[in-house]
Amino acid sequence: MTVVSTDLAALAAPSVRGRGAWAYIRRHPTIVIGGTLLGLMALMAIFAPYLGTVDPQALSPIRRLRWPSAQYWFGTDMLGRDVYSRTIYGARISLTVGISVALLASSVGLVIGLITGFSRWTDAIVMRIMDGLMSIPAILIAIALMALTRASLENVIFAITVADVPRVTRLVRGVVLTLRELPFVEAAHASGTGFVRILWRHILPNTLPPLLVQGTFVAASAMIVEAILSFLGAGTPPNIPSWGNIMAEGRSLFQVAYYIVLIPGALLSITVLAINLLGDGLRDALDPRLARRM
Amino acid sequence: MFAYIVRRILATIPVMIVVALFVFSLLHLSPGDPAAIIAGDTATADDIARIREKLGLDQPLYIQFGTWVWALLHGDLGISIFTNLPVSKLIAQRIEPTLTLTISTLILSVVAAIPMGVLAAWKAGSWIDRVVMVFAVLGFSVPVFVLAYLLIYVFAISADLLPVQGFVTIGGGLWPFLSHIVMPTLALGMVFTALIARMTRASMLDVLAQDYIRTAQAKGLANDKVLIRHALKNAAVPIATIIGIGVASLISGVVVTETVFAIPGLGRLTVDAILRRDYPIIQGIILVFSAAYVLVNLIVDLSYTFLDPRIRY
Repeated sequence: MTVVSTDLAALAAPSVRGRGAWAYIRRHPTIVIGGTLLGLMALMAIFAPYLGTVDPQALSPIRRLRWPSAQYWFGTDMLGRDVYSRTIYGARISLTVGISVALLASSVGLVIGLITGFSRWTDAIVMRIMDGLMSIPAILIAIALMALTRASLENVIFAITVADVPRVTRLVRGVVLTLRELPFVEAAHASGTGFVRILWRHILPNTLPPLLVQGTFVAASAMIVEAILSFLGAGTPPNIPSWGNIMAEGRSLFQVAYYIVLIPGALLSITVLAINLLGDGLRDALDPRLARRM
Repeated sequence: MFAYIVRRILATIPVMIVVALFVFSLLHLSPGDPAAIIAGDTATADDIARIREKLGLDQPLYIQFGTWVWALLHGDLGISIFTNLPVSKLIAQRIEPTLTLTISTLILSVVAAIPMGVLAAWKAGSWIDRVVMVFAVLGFSVPVFVLAYLLIYVFAISADLLPVQGFVTIGGGLWPFLSHIVMPTLALGMVFTALIARMTRASMLDVLAQDYIRTAQAKGLANDKVLIRHALKNAAVPIATIIGIGVASLISGVVVTETVFAIPGLGRLTVDAILRRDYPIIQGIILVFSAAYVLVNLIVDLSYTFLDPRIRY
């Protein structure tokens, strides 16, 4: 059933394209839902100071562990800090980590992938290293790197990027290996187009759609890994209110004040869900052949 | 086939060499003096010198690597800085809860996910399909520790049906064992189940579109026979592959799950080691987990020859 509808959508695409936003929404509901959710999350992060928040670090020991109420929408933690403000500001950390890791890992992976796709000699060595790195679960690579360096947001981003680069590299290399055998590349070669120009005009643009889809999934997993690292005590420094840190602080109090853990957890889940929906939708839109399979 | 098996086994050697190099070089990649980092902020010069000597950091790199690999091949993973006990012994003490949890999750996920994926593909486009796909997207999106706390809130705090935390071995009685393992298994299994269900559906959709499935249906074969004997059997290779790859998500998840449920396994050992900067333990755990992952995927690759006898390498 899905098979038929996807095919028709792909065939009909050029003629439908002009019919405006509604047709687009009908065809790619997950892109719209995911994009809207993610947009709201981003707005919330950007306008955090204007959303009725107080200083997320302000201590108020007298008012500790207050339950959610009209005054403290999400309650207070064991140091009397306002969980609502901390959670809203936490969106900044999560989104920063997600976007930075996605951009960094995609750029590095793209460069290494292009090189290995064209140079047999580099390919043999680099891909053996990538195979080895991919057999170490990503969280363990990040934990190992974080245990060595001092806790900081930059180091968290670096550690998660290192763990994600092998997967992106493998993807780009695979695409390049397929592309360079295709007739249009051969034709460009035969008509005397230089190597750099083939790379720039024919290969690179075709690696971008799958890279974009992969980038969304990298961003989603980076946000989860950041939260896990912080939760385990190997992530962003405790003075930064990231969602993982808020949850780690609420851990020992879960039975008396579960809202401290569950509220940032819910926001993290919603954000990751939004990115995953967006990624699924983009994959469907950019590669109907693959979309049929998954 | 014998040649394929030998080649596949030999192929794990370069992978493990890279893993060993990564684990070894970690200490030397870091900016600054590794001995000073391990010693921490409050260490004196004497402490740092003591640690440097203990880890052999005062010797040339290639000798350090040689000694380290030689010891490794003899099952010696070094000495924990904090407890002064051999790392291999510490790991051996903690491996049982982790293995129990991982295996129970593996079994539960596979048993739940494959029927879900088969049904979704068979009834593609129906509400069953939608439910499975929504479950799969949610499974990827709710992080393991968020789900774990949600389960604790629902089943242990609100309903008071299950114990909040802890671990009991099978030897401690069937109900105590089950009541402690059920929530960690569900939390840990979510991503893995979603992954397998999605791949099963995709692989089954491919197979169900084949001519021989229509032939089987046309000659009046019962649905369950078509689905299981004809379709699932031919869809098995990608499913086995994703089970092998997905074990990485199990390993990542187990560290977090054990922390939430206070299970005294390798995950707890990792977290304690991070807090104490006990580097030999972290190195040992990465090696053990990665070796397990490589071994699982070796078994999966070898199973192809059994799952699909047409495969000849």
